[in-house]
Amino acid sequence: MEIIINGDKILLPESVKTVSDLLSHFQLNNKIAIVEVNLNIINKQDYEITTLSNGDKVEIVHFVGGG
Amino acid sequence: MTDRYSRQELFAPIGKEGQKKIAAKHVLIIGAGALGTGNAEAFVRAGIGKITIIDRDYVEWSNLQRQQLYSEEDAKERLPKAIAAKQRLERINSNVVIEAIVGDATARELQLIMEENKPHLIIDATDNFETRMVINDISQKYRIPWIYGACVGSYGISYVILPGKTPCLNCLLETVPLGGLTCDTAGIISPAVQMVVAYQVTEALKILVEDWKSLRNKLVSFDLWKNQHTAIRVDKVKKVTCPSCGEKPTYPYLSYDLQTKTAVLCGRDSVQIRPAVRQDRDLGELAELLAKQGIQVEKNPYLLSFTADGHRLVVFKDGRVLVHGTKDMIEAKTLYNRYLG
Ligand SMILES: [Zn+2]
Repeated sequence: MEIIINGDKILLPESVKTVSDLLSHFQLNNKIAIVEVNLNIINKQDYEITTLSNGDKVEIVHFVGGG
Repeated sequence: MTDRYSRQELFAPIGKEGQKKIAAKHVLIIGAGALGTGNAEAFVRAGIGKITIIDRDYVEWSNLQRQQLYSEEDAKERLPKAIAAKQRLERINSNVVIEAIVGDATARELQLIMEENKPHLIIDATDNFETRMVINDISQKYRIPWIYGACVGSYGISYVILPGKTPCLNCLLETVPLGGLTCDTAGIISPAVQMVVAYQVTEALKILVEDWKSLRNKLVSFDLWKNQHTAIRVDKVKKVTCPSCGEKPTYPYLSYDLQTKTAVLCGRDSVQIRPAVRQDRDLGELAELLAKQGIQVEKNPYLLSFTADGHRLVVFKDGRVLVHGTKDMIEAKTLYNRYLG
């Protein structure tokens, strides 16, 4: 599946099906993030049931603490 | 002297009117590390009326790569960051009132600042979420906007929180992130700092000149090394049940002070111990006491340091002690009790 993440076209392996899979794929699963799929923010409880489709536009912003 | 701010006044959205507003404003900067020094220098050069800057640490060599107000002298003398920052800022612009506080930005300390001299805006320049959640509750309780900013590696993030309008940090995070996120084990490059500072200062200037309609209103993040940039509208994340900004706020992080007496400092391999009751320490007396035990002591007007049992201990005038070379709170407490208890 090919989706657009933060403006870049990214080819994802078959194993990535949900928002939760996507965050794991980018090693962001242990971080707190805001995820937007096609301009809708996804609730954290829904990461595992929100499936992604070819061509989806995803924005991910994760929180960091340094300063 | 008179055309000091001419280029800023020529910038139409600010103008002479905006410049007058900036000169009448007070900004509280929490943290005097990379983001804090960047923000502070920008405000002071822009002709802000007053800044208050609070920090609990002292200048070290590893700070000089990105903490723009500090020099080698400051690191050699181990000057508290708030003091070193004030000295440098006063040389940059003598018209600005600069208040420096060497200490922890606890709920109690911040509430004192609010009661005594309420600022118009709070800039987040801390390195941990614990303090950010306190700032978040302070902002809601006293109805003052604050600007979140953070960075690690080549990545940075920023968001403007307006009480009564935008979601707050508690709405955005839902839970306080633990350890891994806050420790800067991934290092940091100075352009990532400067980029976050640019986002914070620009939004701050809009707030200071009261140009509310120009605010970005989006959570912004970037990775300069990976050439990425993202902005998300997060208005919908605001929760009416939020304990910080909801309909029945309890400001949970304003009553947590006592829990954080001992804290591991992120990425510093150090533990801070803060006495339960705040009491200034007589550093001269302590130096004599340690010297009698054959311990070599180094001292400046703000802090004292010595090495014992293979660890460096730094004692601040406000009673706080940093134990370096450990992340173990028990070991740190043992050393504290042995030499300073
Ligand atoms: Zn909230």
